[in-house]
Amino acid sequence: MENSLKNQAAIAGVGQTRYSKESGVSELSLASEAVANCLEDAGLAPGEVDGMVSYTLDSSDEIEVAQCVGIGDLNMFAKINYGGGAAVGLIQQAAMAIASGVCNNVVVWRAMNGRSGRRMGQGTGQQIVSSDLIHWSWYQVYGMLTPASWVAMIAHKYMHTYNVPNDTLASVATTQRQFAVSNPAAFGYQKPMSTEDYYHSKMVSYPLRVFDCCQETDGGCALLITSTERAKSLKQTPAVIRAVTQASVQGQEQMTSFYRDDIASLPEMEYAAKRVYAMSGLGPDDIDAACLYDAFTTEIVMQLESFGFCGRGEAKDFIADGHIGPGGRLPNNTHGGLLSEAYIHGVNNIAQAARLIRGNAVNQPDKTVDHVLVSSGVGVPTGALILGRD
Amino acid sequence: MQTAGRIKPPMTADNGWWWEQAAQQVLAIQRCTSCETLRHPPRPMCNRCRSLQWDFIAASGRGTLASYTVLEHPQFPGYQYPIAIALVELEEGERITAQLVGIEPDDITFGMPLQVSFQADPDGFVLPVFEPAEEN
Repeated sequence: MENSLKNQAAIAGVGQTRYSKESGVSELSLASEAVANCLEDAGLAPGEVDGMVSYTLDSSDEIEVAQCVGIGDLNMFAKINYGGGAAVGLIQQAAMAIASGVCNNVVVWRAMNGRSGRRMGQGTGQQIVSSDLIHWSWYQVYGMLTPASWVAMIAHKYMHTYNVPNDTLASVATTQRQFAVSNPAAFGYQKPMSTEDYYHSKMVSYPLRVFDCCQETDGGCALLITSTERAKSLKQTPAVIRAVTQASVQGQEQMTSFYRDDIASLPEMEYAAKRVYAMSGLGPDDIDAACLYDAFTTEIVMQLESFGFCGRGEAKDFIADGHIGPGGRLPNNTHGGLLSEAYIHGVNNIAQAARLIRGNAVNQPDKTVDHVLVSSGVGVPTGALILGRD
Repeated sequence: MQTAGRIKPPMTADNGWWWEQAAQQVLAIQRCTSCETLRHPPRPMCNRCRSLQWDFIAASGRGTLASYTVLEHPQFPGYQYPIAIALVELEEGERITAQLVGIEPDDITFGMPLQVSFQADPDGFVLPVFEPAEEN
Protein backbone atom coordinates (compact mmCIF):
# COMPACT_ATOMS: atom_id res chain seq x y z
CA MET A 1 0.00 0.00 0.00
CA GLU A 2 1.51 3.33 -1.07
CA ASN A 3 1.34 6.27 1.33
CA SER A 4 1.39 3.82 4.18
CA LEU A 5 1.01 5.20 7.65
CA LYS A 6 2.54 2.03 9.03
CA ASN A 7 4.69 2.66 12.13
CA GLN A 8 4.86 6.41 11.53
CA ALA A 9 3.10 7.43 14.71
CA ALA A 10 2.12 6.07 18.09
CA ILE A 11 -0.33 6.67 20.90
CA ALA A 12 1.87 8.08 23.64
CA GLY A 13 -0.68 9.32 26.14
CA VAL A 14 -4.06 8.25 27.46
CA GLY A 15 -6.28 10.28 29.75
CA GLN A 16 -9.81 10.14 30.96
CA THR A 17 -12.21 11.64 33.45
CA ARG A 18 -14.40 9.79 35.86
CA TYR A 19 -17.20 8.03 33.97
CA SER A 20 -20.59 8.66 35.55
CA LYS A 21 -24.28 9.17 34.89
CA GLU A 22 -24.15 12.80 36.04
CA SER A 23 -20.87 14.63 35.85
CA GLY A 24 -22.21 17.89 37.27
CA VAL A 25 -19.78 19.78 35.05
CA SER A 26 -19.79 21.06 31.47
CA GLU A 27 -18.63 19.08 28.46
CA LEU A 28 -15.81 21.62 28.04
CA SER A 29 -14.72 20.80 31.57
CA LEU A 30 -14.72 17.07 30.80
CA ALA A 31 -12.81 17.60 27.55
CA SER A 32 -10.19 19.77 29.23
CA GLU A 33 -9.73 17.36 32.13
CA ALA A 34 -9.34 14.39 29.77
CA VAL A 35 -6.81 16.24 27.60
CA ALA A 36 -4.84 17.49 30.61
CA ASN A 37 -4.75 13.97 32.09
CA CYS A 38 -3.61 12.60 28.73
CA LEU A 39 -0.68 15.05 28.51
CA GLU A 40 0.25 14.30 32.13
CA ASP A 41 0.22 10.58 31.33
CA ALA A 42 2.51 11.14 28.35
CA GLY A 43 4.79 13.59 30.15
CA LEU A 44 4.32 16.25 27.49
CA ALA A 45 3.90 19.98 28.18
CA PRO A 46 0.69 21.49 26.76
CA GLY A 47 2.74 23.99 24.79
CA GLU A 48 4.16 21.11 22.76
CA VAL A 49 0.75 20.19 21.32
CA ASP A 50 0.30 21.58 17.81
CA GLY A 51 -2.72 19.67 16.52
CA MET A 52 -6.19 18.87 17.89
CA VAL A 53 -8.91 16.57 16.56
CA SER A 54 -12.35 15.66 17.86
CA TYR A 55 -15.85 14.68 16.70
CA THR A 56 -18.28 16.90 14.81
CA LEU A 57 -20.70 15.86 17.56
CA ASP A 58 -18.37 17.18 20.28
CA SER A 59 -19.62 20.46 21.70
CA SER A 60 -16.19 21.77 22.74
CA ASP A 61 -14.27 23.79 20.18
CA GLU A 62 -10.58 23.07 19.84
CA ILE A 63 -9.67 26.62 20.82
CA GLU A 64 -11.77 26.49 23.98
CA VAL A 65 -10.07 23.28 25.09
CA ALA A 66 -6.74 24.85 24.13
CA GLN A 67 -7.50 27.88 26.31
CA CYS A 68 -8.35 25.67 29.28
CA VAL A 69 -5.37 23.36 29.00
CA GLY A 70 -2.83 26.01 28.06
CA ILE A 71 -2.19 24.79 24.55
CA GLY A 72 -0.68 27.49 22.33
CA ASP A 73 0.18 27.53 18.64
CA LEU A 74 -1.81 25.05 16.54
CA ASN A 75 -1.00 23.91 12.98
CA MET A 76 -4.02 21.64 12.48
CA PHE A 77 -7.48 21.32 13.97
CA ALA A 78 -10.22 19.14 12.61
CA LYS A 79 -13.47 17.46 13.48
CA ILE A 80 -14.49 14.09 12.10
CA ASN A 81 -18.08 13.29 11.13
CA TYR A 82 -20.48 10.37 11.66
CA GLY A 83 -20.82 9.94 15.40
CA GLY A 84 -18.91 6.93 16.69
CA GLY A 85 -17.78 6.31 13.13
CA ALA A 86 -15.26 9.05 13.82
CA ALA A 87 -13.37 7.14 16.52
CA VAL A 88 -10.28 5.79 14.79
CA GLY A 89 -10.70 8.48 12.16
CA LEU A 90 -9.25 10.81 14.79
CA ILE A 91 -6.18 8.59 14.93
CA GLN A 92 -5.86 8.55 11.14
CA GLN A 93 -6.10 12.35 11.01
CA ALA A 94 -3.42 12.66 13.66
CA ALA A 95 -1.16 10.05 12.05
CA MET A 96 -1.45 11.78 8.66
CA ALA A 97 -0.52 15.12 10.23
CA ILE A 98 2.52 13.59 11.89
CA ALA A 99 3.66 11.49 8.93
CA SER A 100 3.43 14.52 6.62
CA GLY A 101 5.31 16.78 8.99
CA VAL A 102 2.39 19.13 9.55
CA CYS A 103 2.31 18.38 13.27
CA ASN A 104 4.55 16.99 15.97
CA ASN A 105 2.04 16.21 18.72
CA VAL A 106 -1.69 15.82 18.19
CA VAL A 107 -4.23 15.43 20.95
CA VAL A 108 -7.61 13.88 20.15
CA TRP A 109 -10.61 13.57 22.44
CA ARG A 110 -14.31 12.99 22.92
CA ALA A 111 -16.16 14.37 25.94
CA MET A 112 -19.87 14.30 26.51
CA ASN A 113 -22.59 14.52 29.08
CA GLY A 114 -24.15 11.54 27.34
CA ARG A 115 -26.50 10.70 30.20
CA SER A 116 -27.28 13.93 32.04
CA GLY A 117 -27.21 15.95 28.81
CA ARG A 118 -28.12 14.88 25.31
CA ARG A 119 -28.89 11.14 25.31
CA MET A 120 -28.24 9.41 21.99
CA GLY A 121 -30.60 6.55 22.82
CA GLN A 122 -33.48 8.89 23.46
CA GLY A 123 -34.00 9.70 19.86
CA THR A 124 -33.16 12.32 17.33
CA GLY A 125 -36.39 14.29 17.58
CA GLN A 126 -36.21 17.69 15.97
CA GLN A 127 -32.75 18.28 17.38
CA ILE A 128 -30.77 16.22 14.93
CA VAL A 129 -27.24 17.50 14.54
CA SER A 130 -26.54 16.04 11.11
CA SER A 131 -27.17 18.27 8.14
CA ASP A 132 -28.62 15.27 6.36
CA LEU A 133 -32.18 15.96 7.41
CA ILE A 134 -33.68 14.28 4.39
CA HIS A 135 -31.86 11.02 5.06
CA TRP A 136 -33.17 10.78 8.61
CA SER A 137 -36.66 11.90 7.62
CA TRP A 138 -37.38 8.69 5.72
CA TYR A 139 -37.20 6.92 9.10
CA GLN A 140 -38.34 9.53 11.61
CA VAL A 141 -41.73 9.82 9.93
CA TYR A 142 -42.45 6.20 10.94
CA GLY A 143 -41.05 6.52 14.45
CA MET A 144 -37.55 5.21 13.82
CA LEU A 145 -35.76 7.80 15.90
CA THR A 146 -32.99 5.91 17.68
CA PRO A 147 -29.77 4.18 16.69
CA ALA A 148 -31.26 0.92 18.01
CA SER A 149 -34.20 1.23 15.62
CA TRP A 150 -31.89 1.67 12.62
CA VAL A 151 -29.34 -0.95 13.64
CA ALA A 152 -32.01 -3.57 14.39
CA MET A 153 -33.03 -3.93 10.74
CA ILE A 154 -29.61 -5.15 9.53
CA ALA A 155 -28.97 -7.09 12.74
CA HIS A 156 -32.25 -8.96 12.40
CA LYS A 157 -31.58 -9.76 8.74
CA TYR A 158 -28.14 -11.08 9.67
CA MET A 159 -29.52 -13.23 12.49
CA HIS A 160 -32.25 -14.63 10.27
CA THR A 161 -29.85 -15.37 7.41
CA TYR A 162 -27.34 -17.25 9.57
CA ASN A 163 -29.66 -18.71 12.23
CA VAL A 164 -28.05 -16.74 15.02
CA PRO A 165 -29.86 -17.36 18.32
CA ASN A 166 -30.64 -14.62 20.82
CA ASP A 167 -28.31 -16.48 23.19
CA THR A 168 -25.38 -15.22 21.08
CA LEU A 169 -26.32 -11.64 21.91
CA ALA A 170 -26.78 -12.55 25.56
CA SER A 171 -23.32 -14.08 25.56
CA VAL A 172 -21.71 -10.90 24.18
CA ALA A 173 -23.48 -8.78 26.80
CA THR A 174 -22.62 -11.01 29.76
CA THR A 175 -19.03 -11.62 28.61
CA GLN A 176 -18.24 -7.93 28.39
CA ARG A 177 -19.97 -7.34 31.71
CA GLN A 178 -17.77 -10.01 33.22
CA PHE A 179 -14.75 -7.90 32.27
CA ALA A 180 -16.35 -4.68 33.54
CA VAL A 181 -17.07 -6.21 36.94
CA SER A 182 -13.34 -5.96 37.73
CA ASN A 183 -12.81 -2.52 36.13
CA PRO A 184 -13.17 0.24 38.75
CA ALA A 185 -13.73 2.85 36.02
CA ALA A 186 -16.64 0.93 34.53
CA PHE A 187 -20.37 1.34 34.97
CA GLY A 188 -20.48 -2.43 35.38
CA TYR A 189 -17.88 -2.46 38.18
CA GLN A 190 -18.98 -5.03 40.76
CA LYS A 191 -22.34 -5.35 38.97
CA PRO A 192 -22.45 -8.82 37.41
CA MET A 193 -25.01 -9.63 34.72
CA SER A 194 -26.46 -13.12 34.33
CA THR A 195 -28.08 -14.53 31.22
CA GLU A 196 -31.34 -14.34 33.13
CA ASP A 197 -30.75 -10.64 33.82
CA TYR A 198 -30.17 -10.17 30.11
CA TYR A 199 -33.47 -11.77 29.13
CA HIS A 200 -35.30 -9.74 31.77
CA SER A 201 -34.12 -6.47 30.27
CA LYS A 202 -36.67 -4.46 28.35
CA MET A 203 -37.14 -5.00 24.62
CA VAL A 204 -36.09 -1.87 22.73
CA SER A 205 -36.27 -2.68 19.03
CA TYR A 206 -36.40 -6.36 18.20
CA PRO A 207 -33.96 -8.17 18.44
CA LEU A 208 -32.26 -5.56 20.63
CA ARG A 209 -32.96 -5.39 24.36
CA VAL A 210 -31.72 -2.71 26.76
CA PHE A 211 -28.75 -4.94 27.62
CA ASP A 212 -27.84 -5.18 23.95
CA CYS A 213 -27.37 -1.41 23.99
CA CYS A 214 -24.34 0.53 25.18
CA GLN A 215 -24.23 2.78 28.19
CA GLU A 216 -25.10 6.45 28.15
CA THR A 217 -22.23 8.14 29.94
CA ASP A 218 -20.96 11.47 31.16
CA GLY A 219 -17.21 11.55 30.67
CA GLY A 220 -14.26 12.34 28.49
CA CYS A 221 -11.33 10.44 27.06
CA ALA A 222 -8.26 11.78 25.25
CA LEU A 223 -5.24 10.36 23.45
CA LEU A 224 -1.90 11.86 22.44
CA ILE A 225 -0.46 10.85 19.08
CA THR A 226 3.14 11.65 18.22
CA SER A 227 5.88 10.23 16.02
CA THR A 228 6.99 6.74 16.97
CA GLU A 229 10.51 8.08 17.57
CA ARG A 230 9.34 10.88 19.85
CA ALA A 231 7.00 8.53 21.68
CA LYS A 232 10.00 6.48 22.80
CA SER A 233 11.37 9.49 24.68
CA LEU A 234 8.12 10.07 26.57
CA LYS A 235 6.94 8.39 29.75
CA GLN A 236 4.87 5.47 28.46
CA THR A 237 5.41 2.44 26.27
CA PRO A 238 4.30 3.58 22.81
CA ALA A 239 1.31 1.90 21.19
CA VAL A 240 2.57 2.04 17.62
CA ILE A 241 0.05 2.57 14.84
CA ARG A 242 0.65 -0.39 12.53
CA ALA A 243 -2.28 0.58 10.35
CA VAL A 244 -5.23 2.93 10.43
CA THR A 245 -7.95 3.81 7.98
CA GLN A 246 -11.36 5.35 7.65
CA ALA A 247 -13.83 3.33 5.57
CA SER A 248 -16.99 4.10 3.66
CA VAL A 249 -18.27 2.12 0.68
CA GLN A 250 -20.78 2.42 -2.13
CA GLY A 251 -24.35 2.63 -0.91
CA GLN A 252 -23.18 3.89 2.47
CA GLU A 253 -25.74 5.46 4.76
CA GLN A 254 -25.68 6.07 8.50
CA MET A 255 -26.98 2.82 10.03
CA THR A 256 -29.66 2.63 7.31
CA SER A 257 -27.68 1.06 4.46
CA PHE A 258 -30.79 -0.95 3.58
CA TYR A 259 -30.64 -0.50 -0.18
CA ARG A 260 -27.44 -2.24 -1.27
CA ASP A 261 -27.17 -5.84 -2.41
CA ASP A 262 -26.01 -7.53 0.79
CA ILE A 263 -27.88 -6.40 3.88
CA ALA A 264 -26.72 -9.24 6.13
CA SER A 265 -23.13 -8.06 6.55
CA LEU A 266 -20.99 -4.94 7.09
CA PRO A 267 -19.28 -4.10 3.76
CA GLU A 268 -17.66 -0.93 5.13
CA MET A 269 -16.08 -2.94 7.95
CA GLU A 270 -14.83 -5.55 5.48
CA TYR A 271 -13.25 -2.72 3.53
CA ALA A 272 -11.65 -1.37 6.71
CA ALA A 273 -10.33 -4.88 7.48
CA LYS A 274 -8.81 -5.25 4.03
CA ARG A 275 -7.07 -1.88 4.37
CA VAL A 276 -5.59 -2.36 7.84
CA TYR A 277 -4.41 -5.89 7.13
CA ALA A 278 -2.75 -4.76 3.88
CA MET A 279 -1.13 -1.71 5.49
CA SER A 280 0.17 -3.62 8.51
CA GLY A 281 1.12 -6.82 6.73
CA LEU A 282 -0.80 -8.63 9.47
CA GLY A 283 -3.81 -10.92 9.38
CA PRO A 284 -6.49 -12.06 11.79
CA ASP A 285 -4.19 -14.71 13.26
CA ASP A 286 -1.75 -11.98 14.35
CA ILE A 287 -4.35 -10.10 16.39
CA ASP A 288 -4.09 -10.96 20.09
CA ALA A 289 -6.97 -8.91 21.46
CA ALA A 290 -9.65 -6.60 20.12
CA CYS A 291 -11.66 -3.56 21.07
CA LEU A 292 -14.43 -3.80 18.50
CA TYR A 293 -16.97 -1.01 18.51
CA ASP A 294 -19.92 -2.16 20.54
CA ALA A 295 -22.81 0.28 20.60
CA PHE A 296 -24.91 -2.91 20.25
CA THR A 297 -24.09 -6.59 20.90
CA THR A 298 -24.97 -7.59 17.35
CA GLU A 299 -22.16 -5.37 16.09
CA ILE A 300 -19.59 -7.55 17.85
CA VAL A 301 -21.07 -10.69 16.30
CA MET A 302 -21.01 -9.30 12.78
CA GLN A 303 -17.57 -7.70 13.04
CA LEU A 304 -15.91 -10.97 14.03
CA GLU A 305 -16.78 -12.07 10.49
CA SER A 306 -15.93 -8.73 8.84
CA PHE A 307 -12.40 -8.91 10.25
CA GLY A 308 -11.96 -12.57 9.31
CA PHE A 309 -11.73 -14.12 12.77
CA CYS A 310 -14.22 -16.67 11.50
CA GLY A 311 -16.24 -17.29 8.35
CA ARG A 312 -19.65 -15.92 7.41
CA GLY A 313 -22.26 -17.20 9.80
CA GLU A 314 -19.67 -18.72 12.14
CA ALA A 315 -19.45 -15.93 14.72
CA LYS A 316 -22.14 -17.55 16.85
CA ASP A 317 -19.92 -20.61 17.27
CA PHE A 318 -16.79 -18.50 17.80
CA ILE A 319 -18.58 -16.73 20.64
CA ALA A 320 -20.12 -19.90 22.08
CA ASP A 321 -16.62 -21.40 22.20
CA GLY A 322 -15.55 -18.60 24.54
CA HIS A 323 -13.05 -16.97 22.19
CA ILE A 324 -13.98 -13.37 23.04
CA GLY A 325 -13.96 -13.87 26.82
CA PRO A 326 -11.29 -14.10 29.51
CA GLY A 327 -8.51 -16.46 28.41
CA GLY A 328 -10.02 -16.70 24.94
CA ARG A 329 -8.36 -16.62 21.57
CA LEU A 330 -9.48 -12.98 21.09
CA PRO A 331 -10.35 -11.27 24.36
CA ASN A 332 -12.63 -8.45 23.26
CA ASN A 333 -13.27 -5.20 25.11
CA THR A 334 -11.52 -6.36 28.25
CA HIS A 335 -12.50 -3.08 29.96
CA GLY A 336 -16.18 -3.80 29.36
CA GLY A 337 -16.45 -1.73 26.21
CA LEU A 338 -19.20 0.72 25.40
CA LEU A 339 -21.68 -1.88 26.65
CA SER A 340 -20.38 -2.12 30.19
CA GLU A 341 -17.56 0.36 30.82
CA ALA A 342 -18.75 3.64 29.32
CA TYR A 343 -19.98 5.16 26.12
CA ILE A 344 -17.33 7.70 25.21
CA HIS A 345 -18.13 7.17 21.56
CA GLY A 346 -15.34 4.64 21.05
CA VAL A 347 -12.38 6.70 22.27
CA ASN A 348 -12.39 4.71 25.52
CA ASN A 349 -12.03 1.54 23.43
CA ILE A 350 -8.93 2.99 21.74
CA ALA A 351 -7.60 3.93 25.19
CA GLN A 352 -8.02 0.33 26.35
CA ALA A 353 -6.23 -0.93 23.25
CA ALA A 354 -3.26 1.37 23.97
CA ARG A 355 -3.14 0.10 27.55
CA LEU A 356 -3.24 -3.51 26.36
CA ILE A 357 -0.17 -2.78 24.25
CA ARG A 358 1.52 -1.14 27.25
CA GLY A 359 0.75 -4.31 29.18
CA ASN A 360 -0.93 -2.61 32.12
CA ALA A 361 -4.59 -2.63 31.14
CA VAL A 362 -7.35 -3.66 33.47
CA ASN A 363 -7.95 -7.39 32.81
CA GLN A 364 -4.66 -7.59 30.91
CA PRO A 365 -4.75 -11.04 29.28
CA ASP A 366 -2.35 -13.64 30.59
CA LYS A 367 -0.47 -13.80 27.30
CA THR A 368 1.72 -11.58 25.17
CA VAL A 369 -0.34 -8.91 23.46
CA ASP A 370 1.57 -7.78 20.39
CA HIS A 371 -1.31 -6.50 18.29
CA VAL A 372 -4.72 -5.09 19.15
CA LEU A 373 -7.45 -4.33 16.65
CA VAL A 374 -9.86 -1.44 17.21
CA SER A 375 -12.83 -0.36 15.13
CA SER A 376 -15.06 2.69 14.82
CA GLY A 377 -18.84 2.94 14.84
CA VAL A 378 -20.69 0.17 13.03
CA GLY A 379 -23.07 0.65 10.10
CA VAL A 380 -21.86 4.21 9.64
CA PRO A 381 -18.82 5.50 7.75
CA THR A 382 -16.25 3.85 9.97
CA GLY A 383 -12.64 2.74 10.24
CA ALA A 384 -10.15 0.39 11.84
CA LEU A 385 -6.85 0.62 13.68
CA ILE A 386 -4.17 -1.90 14.56
CA LEU A 387 -1.84 -1.02 17.41
CA GLY A 388 1.42 -2.85 18.04
CA ARG A 389 4.32 -3.02 20.46
CA ASP A 390 7.90 -2.12 19.53
CA MET B 1 -51.28 5.83 14.43
CA GLN B 2 -51.89 9.42 15.38
CA THR B 3 -50.36 12.65 14.29
CA ALA B 4 -49.40 14.89 17.18
CA GLY B 5 -45.65 14.82 17.23
CA ARG B 6 -45.07 12.71 14.15
CA ILE B 7 -41.89 14.13 12.73
CA LYS B 8 -42.74 15.27 9.22
CA PRO B 9 -40.09 15.21 6.52
CA PRO B 10 -38.60 18.52 5.44
CA MET B 11 -39.97 19.07 1.93
CA THR B 12 -37.08 19.92 -0.34
CA ALA B 13 -36.37 19.70 -4.06
CA ASP B 14 -34.90 16.25 -3.50
CA ASN B 15 -37.74 14.58 -1.61
CA GLY B 16 -40.86 16.78 -1.51
CA TRP B 17 -42.15 15.45 -4.83
CA TRP B 18 -42.17 11.90 -3.44
CA TRP B 19 -44.42 12.91 -0.56
CA GLU B 20 -46.68 14.82 -2.95
CA GLN B 21 -47.13 11.58 -4.86
CA ALA B 22 -47.78 9.68 -1.63
CA ALA B 23 -50.49 12.23 -0.79
CA GLN B 24 -52.16 11.11 -4.02
CA GLN B 25 -51.73 7.46 -3.02
CA VAL B 26 -48.91 6.83 -5.45
CA LEU B 27 -45.88 4.89 -4.27
CA ALA B 28 -43.26 6.54 -6.46
CA ILE B 29 -39.88 5.17 -7.46
CA GLN B 30 -37.47 7.69 -8.91
CA ARG B 31 -36.14 6.81 -12.39
CA CYS B 32 -33.21 8.22 -14.31
CA THR B 33 -34.56 9.48 -17.64
CA SER B 34 -31.19 8.91 -19.28
CA CYS B 35 -30.41 5.28 -18.36
CA GLU B 36 -33.75 4.34 -16.76
CA THR B 37 -32.13 3.09 -13.56
CA LEU B 38 -34.55 3.10 -10.63
CA ARG B 39 -33.41 4.49 -7.32
CA HIS B 40 -34.76 4.78 -3.81
CA PRO B 41 -34.42 6.74 -1.58
CA PRO B 42 -34.47 9.62 -4.07
CA ARG B 43 -31.34 11.62 -4.76
CA PRO B 44 -30.66 14.35 -7.33
CA MET B 45 -28.11 12.51 -9.51
CA CYS B 46 -27.99 9.06 -11.10
CA ASN B 47 -24.96 7.24 -9.69
CA ARG B 48 -24.64 5.13 -12.84
CA CYS B 49 -24.67 7.79 -15.57
CA ARG B 50 -24.42 11.11 -13.64
CA SER B 51 -27.61 12.42 -15.21
CA LEU B 52 -29.49 15.06 -13.24
CA GLN B 53 -32.66 14.36 -15.21
CA TRP B 54 -35.22 12.07 -13.63
CA ASP B 55 -38.88 11.19 -13.48
CA PHE B 56 -40.60 8.43 -11.57
CA ILE B 57 -42.76 5.39 -12.00
CA ALA B 58 -45.71 4.37 -9.89
CA ALA B 59 -44.72 1.17 -8.11
CA SER B 60 -47.16 -1.71 -8.11
CA GLY B 61 -47.01 -1.59 -4.32
CA ARG B 62 -46.34 -5.32 -4.14
CA GLY B 63 -43.28 -6.72 -2.47
CA THR B 64 -41.87 -9.09 0.10
CA LEU B 65 -40.47 -8.61 3.59
CA ALA B 66 -36.65 -8.40 3.48
CA SER B 67 -36.24 -7.58 7.17
CA TYR B 68 -38.13 -6.00 10.04
CA THR B 69 -37.97 -4.70 13.56
CA VAL B 70 -40.56 -3.92 16.20
CA LEU B 71 -40.12 -0.67 18.08
CA GLU B 72 -41.14 -0.84 21.74
CA HIS B 73 -38.89 1.54 23.67
CA PRO B 74 -38.36 4.43 24.08
CA GLN B 75 -41.82 5.68 23.15
CA PHE B 76 -42.27 9.09 21.56
CA PRO B 77 -45.40 11.23 21.52
CA GLY B 78 -47.27 11.04 18.25
CA TYR B 79 -46.67 7.33 17.65
CA GLN B 80 -48.54 4.27 18.92
CA TYR B 81 -46.53 1.28 20.10
CA PRO B 82 -45.47 -1.32 19.30
CA ILE B 83 -44.52 -0.17 15.80
CA ALA B 84 -43.54 -2.84 13.27
CA ILE B 85 -41.19 -1.48 10.62
CA ALA B 86 -40.68 -3.36 7.39
CA LEU B 87 -37.86 -3.28 4.91
CA VAL B 88 -39.77 -4.17 1.76
CA GLU B 89 -38.27 -5.65 -1.38
CA LEU B 90 -40.51 -4.14 -4.04
CA GLU B 91 -41.21 -6.24 -7.10
CA GLU B 92 -39.54 -3.51 -9.18
CA GLY B 93 -36.30 -4.43 -7.37
CA GLU B 94 -35.89 -1.41 -5.11
CA ARG B 95 -36.24 -1.55 -1.32
CA ILE B 96 -38.28 0.79 0.85
CA THR B 97 -38.66 1.25 4.61
CA ALA B 98 -42.19 1.74 5.95
CA GLN B 99 -44.51 0.79 8.76
CA LEU B 100 -46.10 -2.65 8.67
CA VAL B 101 -49.76 -2.70 9.75
CA GLY B 102 -52.56 -5.22 9.96
CA ILE B 103 -50.53 -7.96 11.59
CA GLU B 104 -49.45 -8.92 15.10
CA PRO B 105 -45.67 -8.68 15.58
CA ASP B 106 -45.47 -12.38 16.46
CA ASP B 107 -47.05 -13.34 13.14
CA ILE B 108 -44.53 -11.49 10.96
CA THR B 109 -42.28 -13.74 8.87
CA PHE B 110 -39.33 -13.03 6.60
CA GLY B 111 -40.25 -13.17 2.93
CA MET B 112 -43.97 -12.72 3.48
CA PRO B 113 -45.83 -10.97 0.64
CA LEU B 114 -46.83 -7.37 1.33
CA GLN B 115 -48.97 -4.75 -0.31
CA VAL B 116 -48.82 -0.98 0.08
CA SER B 117 -51.73 1.01 1.44
CA PHE B 118 -51.98 4.67 2.31
CA GLN B 119 -52.80 5.96 5.73
CA ALA B 120 -53.99 9.50 6.36
CA ASP B 121 -53.34 11.17 9.69
CA PRO B 122 -56.16 13.36 11.06
CA ASP B 123 -54.22 16.43 9.93
CA GLY B 124 -54.26 15.12 6.36
CA PHE B 125 -50.67 13.94 6.14
CA VAL B 126 -50.59 10.76 4.05
CA LEU B 127 -47.93 8.13 4.31
CA PRO B 128 -47.44 4.74 2.69
CA VAL B 129 -47.65 1.71 4.96
CA PHE B 130 -47.55 -1.98 4.09
CA GLU B 131 -49.86 -4.80 5.07
CA PRO B 132 -49.88 -8.54 4.52
CA ALA B 133 -50.97 -9.62 1.03
CA GLU B 134 -52.01 -12.82 -0.64
CA GLU B 135 -49.21 -14.53 -2.55
CA ASN B 136 -48.03 -12.22 -5.32
